[in-house]
Amino acid sequence: MEKSRYLVGIFDDEDILIHAVKNMRGAGVRIHECYTPYPVHGLGSALGYRRSRLPIAAFIFGVTGLSLALLMQFYMLGIDWPMIVGGKNYASLPIFIPVGFELTVLISALGMVGVFMVISDLRPYGKAKVFDLRATDDKMVMAIDLSRNKRIDIRRIEDMLTTSGASEIHERSL
Amino acid sequence: MIHEERFQFTSAIKKQIFIWGAVGLGLLVLGIILSALGGGGHEAAQGATAAGGHHESHWYDRLFANLWINNLYFTGLAVIGIFFTAINYVARAGWSAILKRIPEAFGAWLPFAGVLMLAVFLIGGHSIFHWTHSDLYDMNSPEYDPIIAGKHGFLNYPFYIIRMILYIGIWYLFYFLIRKESLAEDLDGGLLHYNKMVKYSAIFIVFFAVTSSTSAWDWALSIDTHWYSTMYGWYVFSSWFVSGLALITLVTVMLKEHGYLKGLSSEHLHDLGKFIFAFSIFWTYIWFSQFLLIYYANLPEETIYFVERLSSDYYSSFFFANLFMNFFFPFLVLMTRDSKRHTIFLKAVCTVVLAGHWVDFYMMVTPGVLKENGTFGLVEIGTYILYGAAFLFVVLFNLSKAPLIAKNHPMLGESLHHHT
Repeated sequence: MEKSRYLVGIFDDEDILIHAVKNMRGAGVRIHECYTPYPVHGLGSALGYRRSRLPIAAFIFGVTGLSLALLMQFYMLGIDWPMIVGGKNYASLPIFIPVGFELTVLISALGMVGVFMVISDLRPYGKAKVFDLRATDDKMVMAIDLSRNKRIDIRRIEDMLTTSGASEIHERSL
Repeated sequence: MIHEERFQFTSAIKKQIFIWGAVGLGLLVLGIILSALGGGGHEAAQGATAAGGHHESHWYDRLFANLWINNLYFTGLAVIGIFFTAINYVARAGWSAILKRIPEAFGAWLPFAGVLMLAVFLIGGHSIFHWTHSDLYDMNSPEYDPIIAGKHGFLNYPFYIIRMILYIGIWYLFYFLIRKESLAEDLDGGLLHYNKMVKYSAIFIVFFAVTSSTSAWDWALSIDTHWYSTMYGWYVFSSWFVSGLALITLVTVMLKEHGYLKGLSSEHLHDLGKFIFAFSIFWTYIWFSQFLLIYYANLPEETIYFVERLSSDYYSSFFFANLFMNFFFPFLVLMTRDSKRHTIFLKAVCTVVLAGHWVDFYMMVTPGVLKENGTFGLVEIGTYILYGAAFLFVVLFNLSKAPLIAKNHPMLGESLHHHT
């Protein structure tokens, strides 16, 4: 994979980070992502996150699970090996609902975890971008993809980071 | 930020409620006259039906069945108002502080509910409850029923009436205590009243956990005296809870649209919507658990309940309407985030759910009381509207008696800044 160059600003405080995000986005800088040791309220809206589409994935996986469960049971008990249970029809819907419900939940849960893993670069053999290990300890990290900010001079971005309160600035290729 | 707000129960609103009440009463009387006149046909056919072992019913049986459906339904709404207040105190919930006066006001219906229930039971008990006939317990009578006679220790007049008075009386006592502290808190502030309310709420919840089940046995399950279901208490409770949540949401939305509850945002509506969504599924879970076990086990003394409802062309349409209105509709409509935050969807869902749980109680009561003679017409609609108007009048009157915002609620600040 081609490496791209990032400018990484390290912040000590969440309030300073949120203000910095607002200032820099206001000045037209595109921020790749922020990494914080704990969830910071208001950071998502400051970064301009759109609403997660994970619920849509959940719905599709849920419908898939329900359809699979019903098809499986209708095929097994209705066609492949018809068997009378409790004096009911070969294929009677109420009996299939518990399994249908369970598979809906199982497939949608597993599917959501899977989708989340893939979009977060946590898939097997995937390599997550780690800009600074201290983001899991006590520092807030802001990463700026330089290839997506070609119109702004790198010195200006560095200046903006400094004036916004970044305690350190690095450049990294990942 | 917090303004003193008080609901104005204006004469225009009163007039509207009175008109609805009059419409309900008119439909009810008209329906009774029509069904009493139409009863002639029943009388003529009686010879044939009696020979076939059929059950004949009169216009007053239908009236008492309807009164009983609405007694159950509106008593449930009133007690769920207290229950909702209580769980929010016990959980020390902050988000609901802004709308806490609304469920609190529902409890004011309880004394009326108690009087109506006792009166209908004493006057129409024989029409509604098969077990109230004394010859069932007489060994020498041809009507002697050993199964019902075996339940005589629980199902007898004095004990039944004592239980009814105790349930509603003690529920009302807790309403009275919580309401008193709530109003005192408006004047004094501080944490003392809040802590007392938490204590009362905890005791009420324990009491209600038991009595919601036992009252459901008394008031609804004992109509089908031979039949039994261990899910029934939860089933009635979940039906009450969903309809109570729907009414709380509907009143909140209406007040907001009339310019009250200025601090209320779509964040609060979102939470109410989640409540309705979740407990609609909970109701379905309970409903289905009761159905599936009986369906699968296929024991005649249990399946009779569903045979009565599903093998009749008339009741089976209500049976499926019940599932559609109380599960599929709220489940599919409230699934997305946006629909929980927009009043138009919430109003639609609340209306359907409120009507749907009336159908649920209709399905609990009517097939047991009227057997195959159940109908749906002016009497049903009229009684529902009449009760609804009376309930709304009492609740809104009570709502106008106290400030709409409990300004000294310790969690009010959290509620105003609530963010889901």
